[in-house]
Amino acid sequence: MAGRAGALAGWAALAAVGLVCLAPLLALLAQPGNWPGAYGWSVLRFTLMQAALSALISVALAVPLAGALVHRQFRGKATAIALLGAPFLLPVVVAIFGLLAVWGRSGWVSDLLGTPIDIYGLKGILLVHVFFNLPLATRLVLQGWAMVPPEQLRLGAQLGMGWRGQWQVFGAPILRATLPGAFLVVFLFCITSFAAALILGGGPKATTVELAIYQALRLEFDLGAAARLALVQLALCLAVGLIALRLVRPVQFGAGLALQPIALPRPKMLVWLDWMILVLAAGFIGLPILAIALRGLVGLGDMPASILPALARSIGVALGSGLLATMAALALAGLITRLRQGLARGVELGVMLALAASPFVLGTGLFILFNPILDPSDVALPLTALVNAVLILPLLLRLFMPALAQIKADYGRLAQMCGLAGFAQFRFVTLPLLARPLGLGMGLAVALSMGDLGVITLFASPDAGTLPMVMHRLMGSYQTAAAAGAGLVLVTATLGLFYVFDKMGARLGHRI
Amino acid sequence: MCLIRWGRALDIVFEGARIRAGGFEVLADATLPGGQITALIGPSGAGKSTLLAAIAGFAPLAAGGLLVGGQNMAGLPPAQRPVSLVFQDHNLFEHLSIAANTALGLSADPRSKTTEARDKVAAALGRVGLADKAQSMPGELSGGQRSRAALARALLRDRPVFLLDEPFAALGPGLRHAMLDLVAEISAERRLTTLLVTHQPDDAVRIAQMTALVAQGKLHAPQSTQALFSNPPDALSDYLGK
Repeated sequence: MAGRAGALAGWAALAAVGLVCLAPLLALLAQPGNWPGAYGWSVLRFTLMQAALSALISVALAVPLAGALVHRQFRGKATAIALLGAPFLLPVVVAIFGLLAVWGRSGWVSDLLGTPIDIYGLKGILLVHVFFNLPLATRLVLQGWAMVPPEQLRLGAQLGMGWRGQWQVFGAPILRATLPGAFLVVFLFCITSFAAALILGGGPKATTVELAIYQALRLEFDLGAAARLALVQLALCLAVGLIALRLVRPVQFGAGLALQPIALPRPKMLVWLDWMILVLAAGFIGLPILAIALRGLVGLGDMPASILPALARSIGVALGSGLLATMAALALAGLITRLRQGLARGVELGVMLALAASPFVLGTGLFILFNPILDPSDVALPLTALVNAVLILPLLLRLFMPALAQIKADYGRLAQMCGLAGFAQFRFVTLPLLARPLGLGMGLAVALSMGDLGVITLFASPDAGTLPMVMHRLMGSYQTAAAAGAGLVLVTATLGLFYVFDKMGARLGHRI
Repeated sequence: MCLIRWGRALDIVFEGARIRAGGFEVLADATLPGGQITALIGPSGAGKSTLLAAIAGFAPLAAGGLLVGGQNMAGLPPAQRPVSLVFQDHNLFEHLSIAANTALGLSADPRSKTTEARDKVAAALGRVGLADKAQSMPGELSGGQRSRAALARALLRDRPVFLLDEPFAALGPGLRHAMLDLVAEISAERRLTTLLVTHQPDDAVRIAQMTALVAQGKLHAPQSTQALFSNPPDALSDYLGK
């Protein structure tokens, strides 16, 4: 909706994204090297297998959980649904710490059973992935329920529809519409899994492609193998990303879904089952978070001095990445909404596909690009901010584009009629009306970057890392109390920053 | 904002105009008389709103010409046309106060920075009976009050052509009549060329001196409202169900 300057910014952002994605890709293609043979195949097999299992379990559990949330009414239900988005913001390393505190060898469940549980290897990776993706898959199924017109639900209740009828009329069509997409989106997240495999996996039997890239680059310094693995990962992500783009509905973040209270008749046994599922799900998601808080509070005093500079670096990287991502996404969304439909779809698809690359694909390419010129650790923080910004772009685009299109549809003609054009239109119409999604987008970008334990591990030296790196190091050296303290600081800072930007957006939305 | 000095009571002349919008076409070859209220009446999807969009500059002509007060409108952007348009909905920016929304009739800056601007805004709001609602947000107003606020902005904009695209369709009969009377009063007072899109023959009879039927993608020549409704042509009879 802005003028010529807006279009120029959009094209510039598109060119910058193209450069950041294509330059590393060319570096990967130009890097000589051999495909790491049988090891490479076993890594690829494991990656696909763990992603498929993670997606299958998450989606299978999401169906009864979403059903229970739809059918049962309880105080705080809206908050509970909103909180399903919380694991998405939780730094992976912190979540893993919480899961270990509950399910690990010396965790609560092992204590309760009186026998230590081993969650390392595939089991642990699946546990982490289900922890993160069960809420996501549940929200996707709930979005399907939220789209059913309330009149139809009331009609079902009025007709006294039995649970078989409900299944045929509501349940089955909703699941048919949402489950393939939910499976794919979880699968896509899990094939790019790194931190879970780094902390709980490893070894020939539990290594993902991304972990193999990290090992080739940081431990063996075999740039050729890393490049080949990165290209395989890119092909994998592109293939899944393309299918997902066709099938997956955009996930709604932030506020809870507008679910209508449903008064459909339900057999007593299913009612009890609903409550049991809700309690189990609350425990599965809530207990690790509780463990983080409890152990973190105890461990605050044990934290080493290196925590504060690491926190400052994390915040710096996160703010830089958030700002870059938000500005680029705003410019790109503005460009896409002003282009003709065909071209707009092309640009959007191009950006989404270019960004199907995982952080490790881009990171490896950038490492190969920069390595001959300078020490990659010298530019670790800005590069991490850049890669994180680029990778969060699709999510922000999906947030901003519908909002911008709505503003244009609602107020485009009125603005033109009032002579509001160019900067005046941006200042008085677009910005205030877009402030809420802008704040949410910035908050998401900052939070996700705060928790990143991916590309930073490729570049940063151990003494100049971010807070997730420091926490991982503390966990690796069995300084559990200090790691717990660091985890609490990290999660507080992450959620705090998200809250501040989200609120700021909501507040600025009403001011000009 | 408006660089051209426009006169009053401007005729609107469509010269063999073809307007394409959303996959269908409207043909217009007629003169809408200046300084009067003309109602555009016809079934949904016949092209009434498209005609207003063409006059306001939102729908370009595929062929033919459009003259307002003898001046060719081709290539003139909406903000520079001698036109105020009140839409069916989304007439107010929801995030701006009523005063700020009204101030947009003066300039492209909703903040009334000078005392003169503030006085003008207050006067316009007073004229439509919203003096006490200046600081309210649109969400706090009723449908009728929102329409009044849009009229206040149009008053400040002070363009000689006033287009109303069913802005009162959602109001009850009493309120709708009050709004129509206000439009008639303003139009007469300022010698505006007013086009009112409506589905209601009553609206046309109440305030429009002239009425033009828009049916099957064609603008028919306007006739005296009284004459038209007392002896309606076949197309209008079909529409009225008579």
